[in-house]
Amino acid sequence: MAGGRAGLRLDPRLLEHLSAGRQIALVTGTNGKTTTTRLLTVALGATGDAVVSNETGSNMPPGHVAALAGTEARRAVLETDEIYLPRVLTATTAATVVLLNLSRDQLDRTNEVRMIAGSWRAALAAAPHTHVVANADDPLVVWGAGVARDVHWVAAGLRWRHDAVGCPSCGGRIAFSESGWSCAACDFARPEPEATLVVAPDGTARAEWADGRTAPIRLALPGRFNESNALMAAVAADASGIDALEALAAMESVQEVAGRFTVRAFGDVRARLMLAKNPAGWDELLDLVAGSDAPLVVSINARIADGADPSWLWDVPFERLGGRAVVATGDRYRDLSVRLHYGGVEHSTEPDPVRAVRRAATAASSGAAAVVDVIGNYTAFHDLLGAPA
Amino acid sequence: MTTPLRIAVVYPDLLGTYGDGGNGLVLARRAEWRGYEVTLLQAPSDHPLPEADLYCLGGGEDGPQVRAARTLIDDGTLARRVAEGAVVLAVCAGFQIVGRTFPGADGGTHEGLGLLAVDTVKPATPRAVGEVLVEVDPDVLGPLPTLSGFENHGGATSRVEGTAALGQVVAGVGNGVDDGSEGAVQGRIVGTYLHGPVLARNPVLADRLLTWALDDVALAPLDDSEVEGLREERLLSVGGNRRRRRR
Repeated sequence: MAGGRAGLRLDPRLLEHLSAGRQIALVTGTNGKTTTTRLLTVALGATGDAVVSNETGSNMPPGHVAALAGTEARRAVLETDEIYLPRVLTATTAATVVLLNLSRDQLDRTNEVRMIAGSWRAALAAAPHTHVVANADDPLVVWGAGVARDVHWVAAGLRWRHDAVGCPSCGGRIAFSESGWSCAACDFARPEPEATLVVAPDGTARAEWADGRTAPIRLALPGRFNESNALMAAVAADASGIDALEALAAMESVQEVAGRFTVRAFGDVRARLMLAKNPAGWDELLDLVAGSDAPLVVSINARIADGADPSWLWDVPFERLGGRAVVATGDRYRDLSVRLHYGGVEHSTEPDPVRAVRRAATAASSGAAAVVDVIGNYTAFHDLLGAPA
Repeated sequence: MTTPLRIAVVYPDLLGTYGDGGNGLVLARRAEWRGYEVTLLQAPSDHPLPEADLYCLGGGEDGPQVRAARTLIDDGTLARRVAEGAVVLAVCAGFQIVGRTFPGADGGTHEGLGLLAVDTVKPATPRAVGEVLVEVDPDVLGPLPTLSGFENHGGATSRVEGTAALGQVVAGVGNGVDDGSEGAVQGRIVGTYLHGPVLARNPVLADRLLTWALDDVALAPLDDSEVEGLREERLLSVGGNRRRRRR
């Protein structure tokens, strides 16, 4: 990445030059970027083509340059920061852009979500040759994709709706129903999807296309949100000329993505590491761990990459953790402790994350075999992923 | 008190962006822990605003903020309840819309509820983002410990003469006008730019609002050890910085 930065200093149009002659897909959104990028990379590579990607999570132009430099791969899948999408789209003239979702995240250093959606809209209006794959269930994404010439709408679901109530078109109120959403004041409404994520009563998921195709979504990765990511990637693969059903089958081989859901050892304690960066992500993961009674460590930092203001902890429904053995840790464990206190969640505090994991393990009912669940925000997750065993 | 204390979080769908809904939770728990019965209402913008004794308004994005102001003016309940003595805590965008005028994303000036005699404009300076410490004016709310919070706004709010400030910033920007003030207080309405949420970080302020809403009862002390640890940390981390000024 340092090389990418230096290269861009020498040649500000380096990303444009490196993109020439390649078929590039950009993946952006608030949550799911890294995983969807990985799933799409695997899907596009299933035919034997070389596919390059910025797998380190460095999702701004220096990371894109670093990924593309020194490879002849004709296909590239680039995770792209949502603020940077317009300029990366201009530089790469990407063939495909995947728009996942938009919700509040690091408000002290990024823009309001409506401003981001507006910047996508302007950028895609100026890119008539780009295929857009967009989540039809997120009104802000639909606004962002809205005037693009070729949009593949995907009903990929939207659990967190708290940022989507104000209509981005007219300022009216968006009403959600079983069948979709629409603005009460103007004609802005959910577009008809060409593919839909369907969940059976037994919890299994499958993809259904309006043209009649259907396929099961069977991932090694946990969580409904990853099934949504897989469907988005499958439609993007389809738009890139790869059969969507073969793409979904190829994604089954992905075991972990950049450490998310990795089980690692700290001494004789094993911990499953999970990453949630913002209220929408926490809402998903608290739902995922709800079925377990494993001890839980929650780790919160407020460094530059996390955002300096942890007020968002109060938007997270931590009340769901009532009755669990919870240990609060990370640089900002005190903010978390106050939040849990008012949420009625009994907990202990331990500033050191590794010690917090060890402490939590002692609360496990089933002894040494238990795996401690750990959810951290961005740098808190990486601290534990990289901590010495 | 025979009827429950009613606390309403106003329009969380429009003014819920910055975690300020936590203020309602803090107020409700602190009353319940002292034995009061509480009804905590989440009041969405597509329903009439419910009758309540204490209203909390939070921060929101520019577009939804304009909609919230228009809807509250049309609804009429908040202004009526204030005239009847209800308590209001209004934060950030909420602070601006209980004032007289505020700026919209379009650059135009919008009408607020006019419950606080303040006017907000968009200054030519960058957004005020960062930790804030405020020394409260003891003549306004009585003696309170230093307030801690986090600000994130692009407004400059001036008070009409005679409207008290909540206090003076010792770190951070606050109202963003030249007098170093933060927030405003008029009757039982407190406006501020502090997130955190402000009542989570400053339980004494929460108790002051509860005292008003509970007809000036004396509240029993609570064990605030979690919050004391957080306050010490925040005051230490920010205390070294002098007051930031917009340039």
